[in-house]
Amino acid sequence: MSVKVSMKVNGKPVAADLEARTLLVTFIREHLRLTGTHVGCDTAQCGACTVLMNGKAIKSCSIVAMQAEGADILTIEGVAKPDGTLHPMQAAFKENHGLQCGFCTPGMVMNALDFAKSHPDPTEEEVRDSLEGNLCRCTGYHNIVKSIMAGARAMAGKP
Amino acid sequence: MHAFDYHRPSNVKEALALASRKDEGRYLAGGQSLVQAMKLRLSSPTDLIDLNAIGDLKALKAESDAVTIGAMVRHAEVAASSGVRKAIPALASLAGIIGDRQVRHMGTLGGSLANNDPAADYPAAVLALGATIVTDKRKIEADKFFKGLYETALGPGELITAVSFPVPKRAAYMKFKNPASRFAIVGVFVADFGGKVRVGVTGAGPCAFRQADMEKALAAKFAPESVASIKVKADGLNSDLHASPEYRAHLITVMAKRAVEAAMK
Ligand SMILES: Cc1cc2nc3c(=O)[nH]c(=O)nc-3n(C[C@H](O)[C@H](O)[C@H](O)COP(=O)(O)OP(=O)(O)OC[C@H]3O[C@@H](n4cnc5c(N)ncnc54)[C@H](O)[C@@H]3O)c2cc1C
Ligand code: FES
Ligand code: FES
Repeated sequence: MSVKVSMKVNGKPVAADLEARTLLVTFIREHLRLTGTHVGCDTAQCGACTVLMNGKAIKSCSIVAMQAEGADILTIEGVAKPDGTLHPMQAAFKENHGLQCGFCTPGMVMNALDFAKSHPDPTEEEVRDSLEGNLCRCTGYHNIVKSIMAGARAMAGKP
Repeated sequence: MHAFDYHRPSNVKEALALASRKDEGRYLAGGQSLVQAMKLRLSSPTDLIDLNAIGDLKALKAESDAVTIGAMVRHAEVAASSGVRKAIPALASLAGIIGDRQVRHMGTLGGSLANNDPAADYPAAVLALGATIVTDKRKIEADKFFKGLYETALGPGELITAVSFPVPKRAAYMKFKNPASRFAIVGVFVADFGGKVRVGVTGAGPCAFRQADMEKALAAKFAPESVASIKVKADGLNSDLHASPEYRAHLITVMAKRAVEAAMK
């Protein structure tokens, strides 16, 4: 069965005829060609596919695109300024060496953006808790935690 | 994933009409279990009836004697609700430790109960609080809802609309979680209604159950030492790579003791 789906992605309205079984992540990567959203596990474990749906972090591999009908989706491509200036959270990952291979990074940043809204000055423990749904095979998490703590403070305008 | 037809009813009546026409149809809540199962082809419904557009299933009402939560209310909403946090803080904190943030933004109360995973958290609270599961047809008592491994009292096409949780005097939930999946290896919810105590255990058996010996001991005296010496039998408890039945039996006592301690704080 083909269905009509329409939503906003990174501020732009998009619409398509899709097979009903198309996952949100497949729509984002293969139809919209926004390949910054990654697929690490395809089983809801790793969080590499995290995007924001109406401002909330979700795993785009574990819902069908139709579940996002009418929603506002933000992917990693929509985070930096159009002129390439990094978002404070992205800048914090860069400054704190919060990545090695970078595969998990889009999911880490998207989850952190949502988390930081309610935690302007998070503790290390709160940040580690917030990462339960995100796996990294490279960094040992230490610098990711540092990045998110710094990024959250920067977003709140704190030094 | 096998192909299916997708439907997006805007009210309960339409959803029920669709379900009665589609033998192999399934309701879709957050998709956190169902979409996973479909990707693995463990489940291949011909039709998905998406409940996301039905506003009636999203209500949350916290009153002094009961908290009523719509089937489509997400775990994150229960965790953050000031009404739930005030009336039954243990229920809000249970919802706040289900899976991870991303799962809590999608997963729903109705989906969790209908799915009845042996390691799910909500069933322990439903049993310990003596909640009522409201469907389109009837009201089901907690004690009659969980039937076995992934099996519930729900009939074909029966839709959970809401769950009503009586407010206890005090309560707490303690979960010994699997560090990889965050599901409960054993979780114990203890609720004191003033002289009447209910203990719900999840993760340990094929589905959640009550622990009568502990309920009796705690009704006589609500204190950690009342349960500390109770030895739970390992017969019939789950065995998998994470824990043996004996280990789970031991954990029930340990988690119950910690839950009572937490409830008394
Ligand atoms: C990585 C991960 C970690 C998790 N960790 C935990 C955990 O620690 N603890 C825990 O308890 N759970 C955990 N879960 C499960 C999660 O809590 C989901 O809520 C649960 O999987 C149900 O998902 P859902 O609400 O999206 O329902 P769906 O997956 O959409 O549906 C599940 C089933 O319920 C049926 N259904 C849905 N709504 C209704 C209704 N109103 N009436 C009748 N039938 C209905 C569907 O047809 C389907 O059969 C985890 C899930 C994931 C992916
Ligand atoms: S790809 Fe979605 S959680 Fe791993
Ligand atoms: S930086 Fe390589 S997986 Fe995280």
